[in-house]
Amino acid sequence: MHLTRHPLEIDALLAEVQSPERGGTCVFLGTVRNDANVTAIDYSAYDDMALAEIQRILSDAETQWPEARVMLQHRLGLIPVGEASIAIAAAAPHRDEAFAACRYVIEEVKKRLPIWKKELHGDGSAEWVEANDHR
Amino acid sequence: MGKVSVRFFARYAELAGCSSSAVNVPTPATVADVIARVREVFPGTRDLPPRPLAALNQRQVKLDQLVSDGDEVALLPPLAGG
Repeated sequence: MHLTRHPLEIDALLAEVQSPERGGTCVFLGTVRNDANVTAIDYSAYDDMALAEIQRILSDAETQWPEARVMLQHRLGLIPVGEASIAIAAAAPHRDEAFAACRYVIEEVKKRLPIWKKELHGDGSAEWVEANDHR
Repeated sequence: MGKVSVRFFARYAELAGCSSSAVNVPTPATVADVIARVREVFPGTRDLPPRPLAALNQRQVKLDQLVSDGDEVALLPPLAGG
């Protein structure tokens, strides 16, 4: 559920977190950007560790914001420009917790998930992305 | 001696020429000792940074962490999720 090789399904993610007592829902989508001739990004992962780390991140978020529910899905494989590689949905009784939990999860994902990307360019070349500040 | 599984990902798998293998190290040994052995066994990995990011049994660890027989050490290029 947390890792998929298919297009992300935002409605399914929302259904996991929304409920009548949670009045604020925040959704973050990360999409493949058309940087310098990039046509697509090929995402790969250390799947077992990524899944374990996602559980730890979501659990940390729910410890900090006990009334919030947060879910995330990361797509792997070849993702064309404009399509989403990650979706995070956070729902809480009020918007402050929803925004905070959503923001926390994307920042931890950037720091902790063992996932890598190879940019594919229009001229047929490919390049591993290794600079954190490049995203 | 302890036998430790090693896994390589992304660019490091290209350097190693494989995505998983195993090395024997005299125990007690640290993650750094495993990496030193990897550099001997897989010549392509000599181009890894001096102190690469590493995970022991699916958790990021410092390189002075002790390993045991049967452990899994993964060498992780700079993380780029999201």
